[in-house]
Amino acid sequence: MSTVVVPPTTPTAVDDPQPRRGGWFVKITILVIIILWSIPTLGVLITSFRPEALTDTTGWWTALAHPFSAASWTLENYRLALDAGGFGNAFLNSLAVTIPSTVIPITIAAFAAYAFAWMDFKGRYVLFVIVVGLLVVPLQMALIPILKMYTQGITLFGMQIFPDLGLQGTFLGVWLAHTGFGLPLAVYLLRNYIGSLPSSIIESAKMDGADHFTIFWRLVVPLSVPALAAFAIFQFLWVWNDLLVAYVFLGGAGQNRVLTVALRGLVGARGENWHLLTAAAFISMALPLVVFFSLQKYFVRGLTAGSVKG
Amino acid sequence: MRTSTGPGGDAGTPEIVDTERRGPLAIVIGLLVAAVLVLVAFFVLGWAWDLLRDKSANRFLVVGVAIVIGVGGVFFLYWAANRVIDFFPASFREGVRPYIFVGPCLVILAVFLVYPVFNTLLTSLRDARSTSFVGLANFRFVFSDPNMLRSIRNTALWIIVVPLAAVSIGLLFATLADRLRRGEAVAKSLIFLPMAISLAGASITWQLIYSYRPAGFGSNIGLLNGVMLGLGQNPVKWLELQPWNNLLLMVILVWIQTGFAMVVLSAAIKAIPDEIIEAARIDGASEFQVFRRIMVPSILPTVVVVTTYMVINAMKVFDIVFVQPASAEVNGTVVIAERMIRWAFLNRDNGKGAAIAIVLFIAVIPVLIWNVKRFREEEAMR
Repeated sequence: MSTVVVPPTTPTAVDDPQPRRGGWFVKITILVIIILWSIPTLGVLITSFRPEALTDTTGWWTALAHPFSAASWTLENYRLALDAGGFGNAFLNSLAVTIPSTVIPITIAAFAAYAFAWMDFKGRYVLFVIVVGLLVVPLQMALIPILKMYTQGITLFGMQIFPDLGLQGTFLGVWLAHTGFGLPLAVYLLRNYIGSLPSSIIESAKMDGADHFTIFWRLVVPLSVPALAAFAIFQFLWVWNDLLVAYVFLGGAGQNRVLTVALRGLVGARGENWHLLTAAAFISMALPLVVFFSLQKYFVRGLTAGSVKG
Repeated sequence: MRTSTGPGGDAGTPEIVDTERRGPLAIVIGLLVAAVLVLVAFFVLGWAWDLLRDKSANRFLVVGVAIVIGVGGVFFLYWAANRVIDFFPASFREGVRPYIFVGPCLVILAVFLVYPVFNTLLTSLRDARSTSFVGLANFRFVFSDPNMLRSIRNTALWIIVVPLAAVSIGLLFATLADRLRRGEAVAKSLIFLPMAISLAGASITWQLIYSYRPAGFGSNIGLLNGVMLGLGQNPVKWLELQPWNNLLLMVILVWIQTGFAMVVLSAAIKAIPDEIIEAARIDGASEFQVFRRIMVPSILPTVVVVTTYMVINAMKVFDIVFVQPASAEVNGTVVIAERMIRWAFLNRDNGKGAAIAIVLFIAVIPVLIWNVKRFREEEAMR
C-alpha cells in the first residue's frame, strides 16, 4: 500500500480497497438481515404507541398506512405504565440487584478463568469439565433447593450442615443466586478468551519476575476487555430481564420488588393488555440498550495486536 | 525484578516457581482460604447493605454504596488473600495460589448448582411427593411416555436447528458488519436488540406475528395472517400447523440468540491482528481466502464456545414453548425442559420432574467431551 502515492485527502478510495469490492453484496445482505430481525421489534414499537381500541381490532402494520393521522397514535400507554405506583423505586431496586449481580460473577469468573487457562494445579481438567457441565443445570430445578436452604439451611441425616442465614428476601440472597447461576457461562467464555491470549505475553511477563496476581491484573485483565465487556452485557441483560429469580427470592410486593416484577403486576394475570405490555417492554429495554451502546466501544479491533512485540 | 527467575531462565524456557510440591494439604488450605474469602466478602457486603438501608432514606446513595462495595469489595478480598499467601514458605506458596484463584468460584458453584444437582438426583429415585424410594420407575416413565419420547425427538431438532441457524447468521453478520465503513455499531445494535427484550416482551412480540383468529372472532392482528389475507388466502393457525409449528417456535429462539452469537464472534474477529489480514491481502489473497484461511481458524475456538452455549440453551428452552396459548401436548411442540417444568411444578410430581432433569444432564455429556478434547488440544499447541 505504501507504494501508491495518493494525496491523504482521499483516504477512502485507496486506504481500504477491499470493502469496495464486496460493497454491494455486503450492504444488501446486512440490510436484509436487519429488516428481518427488526420486523417483530417494529411491531412492538408501533403497538406501544397505538390506542387500546385499535391494537385489538386492526393489525399493527395498518398504522403505517396513515402515519400522520393523530387518532392512530397515543402516548397514553406509556403514561399508564409509568404512573403505576412505585415505579421509580422498582427501577432503583433493579439497579441495586443488577450491577452487583453483574460485577461479582465477572470478578470471580475472571480469576477462575485465569487459573484454568494459565495455572497448573491438580484437578484442573476435572474441575473445568464440572463447571462447563453445570451450564446445563436448569435454573428452575435449582430454585427450590436454594429457597429451602435460604429459609431452613441444609439438613443432612438430621444434622444441620448449613445454617439458616435468613437470606430470603434480601438483596444479598439475590446477588448470590445470580452469581451462582451466571458463573458457569462466565468462566466458560472467559477461559476461552484468556486461554487464547498469546502465551509469549504471559511467558515473558513470568521471565520478568511477575507473579500470577500481577500478570492477571496488569496484563490479562486489560487484554480481556472485549470478552469482559461482552459477558458484562449478557449478564446485565439476563439479570435485568429476569423475573423468576427476583420473584422467588425478593417477593412480589413491598419495598424490594424490581422492575420486571412491578411490570408483571401492572399487566395482570391474563397478559392480554397488549397496549400496556408493549409499552412496558420498551420501558424496561431502555437501560439495557444504554449499557449495550456504552460498552460497544470496547469491542475495538486489534486489542491484542502489537502487544506481542518486544 | 529478575532476581526471582531461576537458573533455567536463559534459553527461552521460563522455569519459574511452578515446580514445587503440591500435596493434598495445599488443596485443603487453598480451598479453605477461598471459602473464608467468599463468606467474608458476601457477609460484609450484605451487612453494609442492610445497615445503609435501615439508616438512610436516600435510595440513590444506598444503591451507589452497594455498587461500590460490591465492585471493590470482591476484588479487595482476592488481593488480600493473595498477600496472605505470600507469607507462606516459597515452596508451598505456588501450590496454594491456584486454589485462591478458582476457590471462590468453586465454593459458590458447589452451593448454588452442585448441591441442587445432588438434591435432584436423590429426588429422581423417589415418588411424586418424595416420601418413598421407587428405584428407576421415574426413568422408565421418561423413556416410555409418548409425550416424553416426542419431547426428546423435538429437543434433538432444537439442538440442531437453533445453533446452526443462529451461529451461521451471527457469523455472516459479524464478518460483513466488520467491513462496513460506517454504521457498524447501529447495524449490530439492531440485531442485538432482541436480546434486550424480556421474555414477556418476546412472547408478545411473536404473537404480533403468529396470532390467529378464526372468522367471526375479530380481525387477524398477526402479521403472517395479514399477509395471507392480503394474498387472498385463508388465515392459517400457524402454531397448530404440525410439524412446522416446531420450526416457527425455533425461529423465536434464533431471533433472540443470533445477537449473542454475533457479538461474541465479532469480538473474536476484531481480536485477529490487523497485520495478518493486511499481509494476506497484500500477498494477493481473495476475500474468501482471507475468511477461509485466516478468520475461520482464528475464531474456531470461539465458534465452539458459542455453539456449545447455544446447544445448551436449546436444551434448556422451555418458556418459548410454555407461554404459547396453544397446548404443547396437543400440538406436538413438547420439549424436554418444558416437560420437566410441567411435571415438577404443575403436575406436582417431584420424582418425574427430577428424572427428566437428570436425562438433560446426561444428554449434555457429548458436548462436554467435545469441549474437553478442544481444551486439551489448545494446551498441547502452546
